[in-house]
Amino acid sequence: MKSILKILSIVLLLSAYGCFKSKKKVYTNTEDIPVHREMKAELTAPPNVPRPVGERKAKKLIVEMEILEKEGELTDGVRYVFWTFGGTVPGSFIRTRVGDEVEFHLQNHPDNKLPHNIDLHAVTGPGGGAESSFVAPGHEKVFSFKTLNPGLYVYHCATAPVGMHIANGMYGLILVEPDGGLPLVDREYYIMQGDFYTKGANGERGLQPFDMQKAVDEKADYVVFNGNVGALTGDNAITAKVGETVRLFVGNGGPGLVSSFHVIGEIFDKVHVEGGDLINENVQTTMIPAGGAAIVEFHVNVPGTFILVDHSIFRAFNKGALGMLKVEGEENENIYTGEQYDGIYLPEGPGIQEMPTTDGVVESEIPAQNFEEQMKFGKQIYMQTCFACHQAEGQGIPNAFPPLAKSDYLNADVNRAIGIVLNGKTGEITVNGQKYNSVMTRQMLSSEEIANVLTYVYNSWGNNKTVVTSEMVNTIKNK
Amino acid sequence: MFAIPFRAVFVCLVFQTFGFAQTDGMASIKGGRYIPLYGRDSSLIEVQDFELDAYPVTNGQFLQFLKDNPKWQKSNVLKLYADENYLRQFKNDTTLNDTENPNSPVTHVSWFAAKAYCECQGKRLPTIDEWEYVAMSDEVTADARKKASYNQKILSWYETPRTDERSIGKTPKNYWGIYDLHGLVWEWTLDFNSVLISGESRKDVDRDSNLFCGSAAIGATDLMNYAAFMRYAFRGSIKARYSIKNLGFRCAKNSTETL
Repeated sequence: MKSILKILSIVLLLSAYGCFKSKKKVYTNTEDIPVHREMKAELTAPPNVPRPVGERKAKKLIVEMEILEKEGELTDGVRYVFWTFGGTVPGSFIRTRVGDEVEFHLQNHPDNKLPHNIDLHAVTGPGGGAESSFVAPGHEKVFSFKTLNPGLYVYHCATAPVGMHIANGMYGLILVEPDGGLPLVDREYYIMQGDFYTKGANGERGLQPFDMQKAVDEKADYVVFNGNVGALTGDNAITAKVGETVRLFVGNGGPGLVSSFHVIGEIFDKVHVEGGDLINENVQTTMIPAGGAAIVEFHVNVPGTFILVDHSIFRAFNKGALGMLKVEGEENENIYTGEQYDGIYLPEGPGIQEMPTTDGVVESEIPAQNFEEQMKFGKQIYMQTCFACHQAEGQGIPNAFPPLAKSDYLNADVNRAIGIVLNGKTGEITVNGQKYNSVMTRQMLSSEEIANVLTYVYNSWGNNKTVVTSEMVNTIKNK
Repeated sequence: MFAIPFRAVFVCLVFQTFGFAQTDGMASIKGGRYIPLYGRDSSLIEVQDFELDAYPVTNGQFLQFLKDNPKWQKSNVLKLYADENYLRQFKNDTTLNDTENPNSPVTHVSWFAAKAYCECQGKRLPTIDEWEYVAMSDEVTADARKKASYNQKILSWYETPRTDERSIGKTPKNYWGIYDLHGLVWEWTLDFNSVLISGESRKDVDRDSNLFCGSAAIGATDLMNYAAFMRYAFRGSIKARYSIKNLGFRCAKNSTETL
């Protein structure tokens, strides 16, 4: 009898426990999810994202977003007045879970010129909040909304003229995680594409105003990730280790262009198509509409630098839509061997590659005023034009591209060097005792640019400190 | 003994200066008809002859007004008439912050304070229609709105930060002899809130097609509309007690009053 009672009580206990376990109620209508307590939202600047929501319950989430109109850099030497949510382009990342009650504080800094508002695509309501958040400089507006649908959403300013507010950088992402959160991964990053329209052409230095007509024509001068050309390259590259899983929250602010997002050398294991519930697997390039987003995930198996691009490829290599993911770790030759053979292949006819010529290479509007500026501008050109082959420190690549550092060939004859930049070079040369036999195409640079870049090269890395002027270049050009 | 005649001279001088001050620094604007981006009945607007201050009111001028009218000093002003940012550039009731330029346009003033200032001078605030009428000229043309250069200049000002800290009178004089309508600060108008813009600019397309259809159309007038949109949007976002760092004013009066 006693033992029966014991068994009964255990059964009762177990069933009570089972009851407790299943107490986590599933709400068919996310509107009914109750909120527990209040919390200030963590906001992060790109490329970082706030901590995952994990198992936390829905809360009243306070978001304080400050609007700042401020000058920044689009690329080296090109300044632009950005209008920003939280001081960055794209704006701060907001991370919520389904059922959260978001109390949104939109603060327009007193130094700002213009009224602004915010339309969050995660909001169910008129204007996505725009109507309730129209705020004059030096004021703050508050409105609240409940996150009903999980997904990754764009937010942006929607004040007239809407296109101009977006073109100046007023967009960002808000993530609504499902109940229990997205599965945890090793690395998460925030990347958002945007197109910019400047009065001057791409690369024209100085403070560039917004060009309305180009924006209407959708002829972008810059297409960039995270607000400027170098935001995700070099020291700013995002990183991971071999064996990790990387999740990218990718948005496209537009205003004009649709993105063909691709990571060179990787295949997306999973894509949350358009930021929603639908998961596609094994994707090479995913389409991200203007005012849309996607979540992409992939496992990194081998080390190296993986390039993030808009595969509308001129945007990547000529307008800035290029980022880097640097992966460190052990090589895995089962997956990728690296180069295994290098031999000679001679098809018929000379294989000289020549870029199509345009006669008018325009002189830059602001010429260098002194040696320091020549060095500065020269370095910019070097990094854009020469760096890929001759490398950051002029060291070149053994057996392929000759060094420019302490180069006897270079220092022997400045006019020959000018001629090579102007006309290209093909055939065997000997540099510092090593033979090289490759092709350098003629460079589409103005005389001024050639003078600057050669001055930079001659005054770096142990070379003979020759100063090259545009007159010297013109003399060779006109020979 | 000598005090009486001396005082008489003094009063006279003051009176005379005051008399000149009414028209001094104002320019006569010849009235006319034009189609603004938006009019009350969305059509041709007629503007009567009037006079307009050549320059925006400066910090220095407003300081004098505060000394003469203590009820508009920041510790005395009724909260109904000015928000907490009112006269932020003032250390106390009658002293500017050391960093402030007395010759830059006065800002952080509410509509009520701006209106009172003009009334004390025997003037009034200009209406939106009057303001926009004068503001559509460049240095040589009364209506320059179709010129690309005119619009580009205005748009680039809208994008330049901290222009409110500049001195008045440095921008080119326009066709009517008026300075600084574009380039320094936004300006209060008498009926700034007569054009109702909700915060949702895209929805307003239905409410008043003249005001917002332009944003969707592609054509030569687009640039002109874009500059004006930003002014109307700004006016739509403010209330009469707001005091904003980029918002100043100037005064106007009817032409007949000067005779």
